[in-house]
Parts: sequence; structure tokens; C-alpha cells
Amino acid sequence: MIEVRNISKSFGDLQVLSDVSLDVREGKKLAIIGRSGSGKSVLMKHIVGLLKPDTGHVYVDDQDLCCASYERLRELRKRFGVLFQGGALFDSMSSFENIAFPLRYFSSLSDAEIETRVQDCLDLVNLSDVGAKTPSELSGGMRKRVALARAISMEPAYILYDEPTSGLDPETSNTINDLINQLARELNVTSVVITHDMHSVLEVADRVAFLYNQDLEWVGPVAEVHDCANPNLNSFVRASEYKIGDPSTTPPLSEPSP
Amino acid sequence: MDTPIGAYTPPGLALSPPLDVPFQTAARLAVLDSLLAPFRALGQYAILIGRAFASVDEFRMYWKNLFIQMVRIGIDSVPIVALAAAFSGAVLTVQTAYQLETPFIPKTIIGSIVAPSIMLELGVVVAGFILAGRVGARIAAELGTMRVSEQIDALEVMGLNSIGFLILPRVLAGVVMFPMLYVVSCIVGIGTGILTGEVGGFLSASEFLEGARQFFQLLDPFIGFIKSIAFGFIVTSIACYKGYYTGGGAVGVGDSTTQAAVLSCVFILVADLLVAMLLL
Repeated sequence: MIEVRNISKSFGDLQVLSDVSLDVREGKKLAIIGRSGSGKSVLMKHIVGLLKPDTGHVYVDDQDLCCASYERLRELRKRFGVLFQGGALFDSMSSFENIAFPLRYFSSLSDAEIETRVQDCLDLVNLSDVGAKTPSELSGGMRKRVALARAISMEPAYILYDEPTSGLDPETSNTINDLINQLARELNVTSVVITHDMHSVLEVADRVAFLYNQDLEWVGPVAEVHDCANPNLNSFVRASEYKIGDPSTTPPLSEPSP
Repeated sequence: MDTPIGAYTPPGLALSPPLDVPFQTAARLAVLDSLLAPFRALGQYAILIGRAFASVDEFRMYWKNLFIQMVRIGIDSVPIVALAAAFSGAVLTVQTAYQLETPFIPKTIIGSIVAPSIMLELGVVVAGFILAGRVGARIAAELGTMRVSEQIDALEVMGLNSIGFLILPRVLAGVVMFPMLYVVSCIVGIGTGILTGEVGGFLSASEFLEGARQFFQLLDPFIGFIKSIAFGFIVTSIACYKGYYTGGGAVGVGDSTTQAAVLSCVFILVADLLVAMLLL
């Protein structure tokens, strides 16, 4: 379980997070939503210990990341798989080498076992035949899926997705959403999805946390996201409804001119 | 504010004044901030390089990376270093011959001047400048791009010590390979000096070598060797520092690359003087 307790973070005089508390329950899928610049990615970096809060604590399986030594922190980070916004694939390596990279350094698998494991991960993300390709030879969606294969290669307990569908076409976004659900189901991992894509939220999340102006304004089940009393969340959701396809809010198509 | 290894903190924000302070106080703080910036950078640099060498016990994980970097920094730089050394040796021979064009000075003196000059100064400094551009800029751009595309964060999240993995092999490769490039630079520089003297009709190869032998001191190549180790460390460590703490996307990568090359050249000159003053 991940517990975020009263964390605040500033960069100089720019306050990014203010007294944010949050629980991510085991085996569940939490979506953290909010406008661009609301501190979602900064919150994610706190959860994996890439940033330390000015005040507050982050506990992973009851262990405080903020007080951990660097060596302990590195051990705790191995419980995480992270899909970064741009994939963060090593561009000097092939897709196969990218996925094999953590296995070579942190597992006792033989070369043959690593090859099997990498192929299994590629199969899981439906990219069985791209192992030899470098990241520059892949499309945006394929890069994200290879990055996802790398994130799951060490069989993490937690997977963090930073804007998994940003910059992707709707069909590829659906593929990524399906993959998030499939991985949560088949690998029984706890998922945290950072996004501002409400369609993705409705597809994958069990619970939703809404960040607004450095504060965590609302946390609740995804089913209640349309009926909550928070005006900022309502506004955020309404702004996304055209994308979601609610017939009551979708503007009618204009008649084609004769 | 404690920042974990691998985390990026925007530089220059530590003393940024809050918005509600009077303008004069804010201006004073800004001036103080800019005055302290070099010292803050020096401290950050020292900590980074200290952390890189502190991770030496994990080096069994990173040794493959050392060989890759030795090839990229050393072997791949041989052609450009040899080219620069060749022209330096040739020009030095021609100009020395021009300055000593008198029947009262024996021609062998040209060899006595050119060979020690290359071993003591020109060979190593020219190689250092060339490598500040080629190796320094490359390292800064590579690490800077890894920083802005979150590849360094990805390494950290996997549980890898990114400083040990990225910086230590590059600095060690620089320290090991720069002296070898210095040797290449000296051999090619003196070789083209001899060739230019012969082809240009200034002096024969035997006269050149006789002059070089007459005034040869073991201290000359020794000092050049020490300088090359120092330059190797300076170029790679500054480039790693600038690249590792890059921020701000493509512009940030460009800034880091430029700063790495310029600072390396400046500190090569400073180190050149210090070594000369200490050892001569």
C-alpha cells in the first residue's frame, strides 16, 4: 500500500503541492487527475522517491521513502514499474535491450531466461516482433507499449503511469487503457494513473483523486465523479464530456452544405 | 531542502526572493544569488563527482560501460587529435624555421625547439581543446538529453545508481584515454614536424632528430602526461556535471553543451598553468 501524508513541495517560490494526503490501496487502480501544471507528475515523482517533499511523508508498504537511505530507497524503487510520459526508453538500445536492461542488472536470470522473459513482456503488450527495433523506429504508441513492457519486466508490485495516453490517437489510447486493465488483472498489480484524459479515467480507474491549485480537492470512487459536489471537478469533467461522448452534451454535427 | 540523487532541482532558485519583499531587497537578493551561484555550482560539482567515485564498489555492474566509453572517448577521437597534431607540428616547424633563419644558429635548434614544445605544451593542449569540443560536448548533450527525456529518472526508478552508471565510467575513461591520445598527438606532431622540415627544405630528418635528442629531458613528456590526466578529468567531469543537471528541454541541452565546452577550455588553461608552475 502507498500512503502519502501531508506532503508539500515548492521549487523556489513556486508552490507545487500543498498538504496533499492520499492512499493507494493494494490491487486497486487510482487515477490522479487535474489540469496541466497542477502537480500530478510531481506527486508521482514523490511516490517513487525521485523527489523529496519539503514537509510530509510517503510510505510504501509501511516504509518511509523520505527518511530512507539512498541504498534503501533503491531497494524500495525496485517494487515499482514506471511508464514515463515520453516512454524514457534508452535510445541507444533496441527494444529488446531496453526491456532486458533491468533484468541484466537486477535478476539472476540466464541469457536464455532473459530472452524468454523479454519475449513474454513483448507478447503481453502485443508487440511480439519489434524486439530488434530501436525507439526511433517505433511510433509513439509502440514506444509507450515497449516502455510498459520494460516497466513490467521485473514484475513490480506497483505500476505508475504518467500520462499514458497523451499524444496518442483514440484507438491507440484504447489499446493502452485495455493494457492497463489487463496488467492489473493478470499481474495483480496496484496501479496509479496520472492523466487528464477523462475517457482513460473512466476506462481504467477504480478511484479518482483530483488535484487543483496544489491541493487534493476530491478523492472518491470513479462512479461518483459525475455527481460530486466539488465545482472545480465538475468543471473539469464537463470540459471533458465532449470527448467522453455524452449524447446530451455532444454538439450536433452541422448539416453538410448542399 | 534535501534532493535525492537523480532528482533535478531547477538551478538558481535557492535564494529567489518571495513576491512580497520590497524591490530593493529583492534586487539585493538577486545580486547575492548571482554572486553565490559559482560557489553553489562548485559545491554541486564536488558532491556529484564525490558520489560518482563513492559508487566505485558497485563498479562490477558498470565495467562494460567503461569499455564502451573508452572506445567513444579515446579510440574514436584518434583521427581528429592526429589531424590537429599534424597541422600543429607542421606549422610550428615552419614558423620556428622562419624565426631562426640566420647562418649563426644551427638548424638542429629547430628540432630542439619543436619537439619539446609539442611534448610539453602543444601536443597536450591542442588535444585537450579538441577533446573539450568533441568529447565534452558529446557527453553533455548525451546526458542532457537523457535528463530531459526522463531516461535518468528511469534508471533511478529501476534501482540503478545513475551517477555510478553514467558518470564514473565516463570520467575514468577520460582519465585513462587522454594520456593515450597525448602520446598519439606527440608522435604525429613530431612526425609531421620532421616531414615538413624535410619536404620544405628547412632541415633534414637527421638534423631535426639530433636537435631533439640534444635537449631532450624526461621531465617534458612526464609533465605532458600529468597534464593529459588532468585535462581528461576536467573535460569529462565538467561535461558530466553540466549534462547531468540539464534542465529546460532542447534549449537547456544546448546551453549545457556550450557551457561544457567553454568551461572545459577555460579550466584546461588554468590547469595548464598550475601544472607548469608546480612541476617546472
